[in-house]
Amino acid sequence: MLAGAGASGPTPVPASAGDGAVPPGGRQPDSPTAPGPAAPPPPTAASGPEASAPAGEARGLWTDAWHDLRRNPVFVVSALLILFLLVIALWPGLIAGQDPQRCELGRSLQGPSAGHWFGFDTQGCDVYTRTVYGARASIAVGVCATLGVAVLGTVVGGLAGFFGGFWDGLLSRLTDVFFGIPMVLGAIVFLSMVTLTGIWPVVVVIAALSWPQIARIARGAVLTAKEHDYVQAARALGAGTPRVLLRHILPNAIAPVIVMATIMLGTFIALEATLSYLGVGLKPPSVSWGVDISAASDGMQFRNAPHILFYPAAALSVTVLAFIMLGDAVRDALDPKLR
Amino acid sequence: MVEPWGRNEPILQVRNLVKHFPLTRGALIRRQVGAVRAVDGVSFDLRAGETLGIVGESGCGKSTVARLLVSLERPTAGEIRYRGEDVATLSARALRAVRRNIQMVFQDPYTSLNPRMTVGDIVGEPFEIHPEVAPKGDRRRRVRDLLDVVGLNPEYLNRYPHQFSGGQRQRIGIARGLALNPEIIVADEPVSALDVSVQAQVINLMRRLQQEFGLSYVFIAHDLSVVRHISDRVAVMYLGKIVEIGSDREIYEHPTHPYTQALLSAVPTPDPGASRRDERIILVGDVPSPADPPSGCRFRTRCWKAGERCAESAPPLAVPLAFAAATDSARHESACHYAAEG
Amino acid sequence: MLLEVQDLSVEFDTRDGVVRAVDGVGLALAAGETLAVLGESGSGKSVTAQAVMGILDSPPGRITGGRVLFQGRDLLTLSAEERRRIRGERMAMIFQDALSALNPVLTVGFQLAEMFRVHRGMSRRESAARAVGLMDRVGIPAAARRAGDYPHQFSGGMRQRVMIAMALALEPELIIADEPTTALDVTVQAQVMDLLAELRREYRMGLILITHDLGVVADVADRIAVMYAGRIVEQAPVRELYRRPAHQYTRGLLESVPRLDRKGRELAAIRGLPPSPSRVPSGCAFHPRCPVAREMCRADPVPPLYQVRMAAEPAADAAGRTSACHFWKETVGG
Repeated sequence: MLAGAGASGPTPVPASAGDGAVPPGGRQPDSPTAPGPAAPPPPTAASGPEASAPAGEARGLWTDAWHDLRRNPVFVVSALLILFLLVIALWPGLIAGQDPQRCELGRSLQGPSAGHWFGFDTQGCDVYTRTVYGARASIAVGVCATLGVAVLGTVVGGLAGFFGGFWDGLLSRLTDVFFGIPMVLGAIVFLSMVTLTGIWPVVVVIAALSWPQIARIARGAVLTAKEHDYVQAARALGAGTPRVLLRHILPNAIAPVIVMATIMLGTFIALEATLSYLGVGLKPPSVSWGVDISAASDGMQFRNAPHILFYPAAALSVTVLAFIMLGDAVRDALDPKLR
Repeated sequence: MVEPWGRNEPILQVRNLVKHFPLTRGALIRRQVGAVRAVDGVSFDLRAGETLGIVGESGCGKSTVARLLVSLERPTAGEIRYRGEDVATLSARALRAVRRNIQMVFQDPYTSLNPRMTVGDIVGEPFEIHPEVAPKGDRRRRVRDLLDVVGLNPEYLNRYPHQFSGGQRQRIGIARGLALNPEIIVADEPVSALDVSVQAQVINLMRRLQQEFGLSYVFIAHDLSVVRHISDRVAVMYLGKIVEIGSDREIYEHPTHPYTQALLSAVPTPDPGASRRDERIILVGDVPSPADPPSGCRFRTRCWKAGERCAESAPPLAVPLAFAAATDSARHESACHYAAEG
Repeated sequence: MLLEVQDLSVEFDTRDGVVRAVDGVGLALAAGETLAVLGESGSGKSVTAQAVMGILDSPPGRITGGRVLFQGRDLLTLSAEERRRIRGERMAMIFQDALSALNPVLTVGFQLAEMFRVHRGMSRRESAARAVGLMDRVGIPAAARRAGDYPHQFSGGMRQRVMIAMALALEPELIIADEPTTALDVTVQAQVMDLLAELRREYRMGLILITHDLGVVADVADRIAVMYAGRIVEQAPVRELYRRPAHQYTRGLLESVPRLDRKGRELAAIRGLPPSPSRVPSGCAFHPRCPVAREMCRADPVPPLYQVRMAAEPAADAAGRTSACHFWKETVGG
């Protein structure tokens, strides 16, 4: 216990001089809400308003978090990086003028040169162009899988935590079953059975196997939020289940889910690369970092032309790191212990 | 407005109220292995405009009584009659109206306000749940009035709870409780989380509001001094039962139940000279578990007067025979076979 | 003097900048004496205790000035290793929340015996026997059997007794108890306070009681120091402080507490709120809430600690009585 010193953050504070004097009759006449005849008792210093006023402007917890984040260099760096990645995922043409599929076998494994700073890969494609275009598939998989995981996990975990009892037992066991499936093995088995191509099978399999993590966090967060007196207060007022869930529990339970989802987004991008490398994720002619890493990882080629592995791998690492750093920064900013 | 109800008619009658929480084992298939008898046969009346204090130590069931009164829990057995009607038998519609009239103030001002809502939204939420109370356009003004009534600056409507101190938050909680013009406010330890110098402000505020709005209070606390200060009548609870009930004079000046006597003698007085060290009764041991209460009188395991009779039969809450003919304040209900003053 | 704290200051780094939680605090405690440090949340009473014990969380906290003399040695100049040795052997602390202060995965008997094994080099058997003896001494029934129980199996009162036994184990000269009975029920509170007072007499220890409750300490303390906004505003022998407070804050506190023996209509509440440590008012920190504040109170510098002397009272009683109120004379008088 810091005796309030560090614990309370922007605590309202009695303003210095002037407040002490409560003017006679400082309280307003009674409000129209008063039932029946109400005689306002003579205001005294003791029954008058508490002298002080909260200092500072109105700030919510999110506003406070944003206030912190803006000053956190880790957040600023990772957020700018992610913004950049999102932009090139949407419009790769902005920084890469060529077609990633236009390759000349004749330039296979050529080193960096003017106009082709990253050199060429085995097929003679420009590594720079392919690395830029690869962001799209990787980030699309990460974002879509994360959205799926967040929605599914929050709903399942939230309902289990909120209703408890039988439903909690059922949903939690279901969560455990999915939690028990080994990620990579499950994905390989599933993906080798489907014949569809493109990002969707990968997104679906990642989401289907990863939601239990979010569900567990959401369940815990809902259980915690449910215990708070403000939930009881809303019930005592006669609030129905939808209002209690959406107005009181969800906003207070969503922070850990957001943090976890941000960190998971990074790991999903890595997972997509892993699956592509194993030959069950995205396949050529799709352009993705995983596909390129897979193509470049033949030992012979790597020794002769390390650049073809280095650039997509570096892009992948930086992206994953950026999301994990962002998640950490957001977690620090939302940590209720600092409030 | 509510129909007139006589000043001395009980507005709330509680009869043989029981709440048992089942203890279960097993994950998917649960079986009951016992029950925590949190409230075990509690009866009392609350008259219009009065304050009934309920005191007791932790685990005595006083908070469960509060939650039962505001319908946060369903009673296992017994009746809560509001204006003569049993709340448990009411239709959903009628129950809503009753709920409106019985509001609660919580103990912890730090967890009883939703941190993601502004003060205006918190105090205005009762109107959203019961839209019939205030037309939409009028709500903002009402919220301002409520803040003013509890001594907060109405300009703070858009602030968040964490920008206020404990005492100010408790005022916000009280404003929320007042919003629907309730007749009864159940306050569960409303000042025990506050600093000493702020406690007095909130107690004074609650007294003033009682006079101003004609409220009836059920005031629950573990602090006997605070309860004495605010209550007209006091009930003392021990392990799910009321052991003694009476006017504040009857309980504080002429207690006849040994538990009440021990409780009163244990209260520290901020005055070294007034110390009654020699007469102090220090109870031995701890409160037994409410899952497995002693037979007969529940207090007998810690009582210095306990005899065989106490293990065999539970003393009823009634005026003890010894005082049946008494004319002074000693004549009040006390659940002890050996009730005596001092 | 067993313990002398001189001009102690502690600062914290917070989101809102540097906050001075303790500001020039001076305390003195003789061997065998009980001193109560009274204050509300944010008054700096717990931080003072942590600084004296050497368990201040740092960062964010740091001691920025002053001396803590324990039997004449300045603790603040000792190495971490030397302080650690003094802590536990010579001075011990009792916390408010016994459940979180005890290790949940070790039995109570083991945790107690560990003290003897580590500090006294006793054998397993001998230390276990000492642990049971100590539990018996602090009034835990069936101590031999209960030594094998885990902390969560004890009730709040019994847990606090275990904490007291831990603190007593090495027979320290000084015990600091931070709100030792706040979490307990009234009847149990009385048991624990009595036990503490009794043990203090038996072991002739110095005892510092940190509390916010005016009632709890009235019977057991010899002297009381009242803290407000990081400073000591009044220090006096217990009887004088309750009878004739010499600071308006103390006086307001005494008048605002509801009492069993006085049923009044309206409590004389102190208006306003205790200041946040990050924004302490100028001059006397209590002036915005004080009924007698004048121009002089609002302006810096902070009022000095005046020696309080009363003609009517014997000199011995008035010894060491101080007040940081410019108008202590009229406060005491009226």
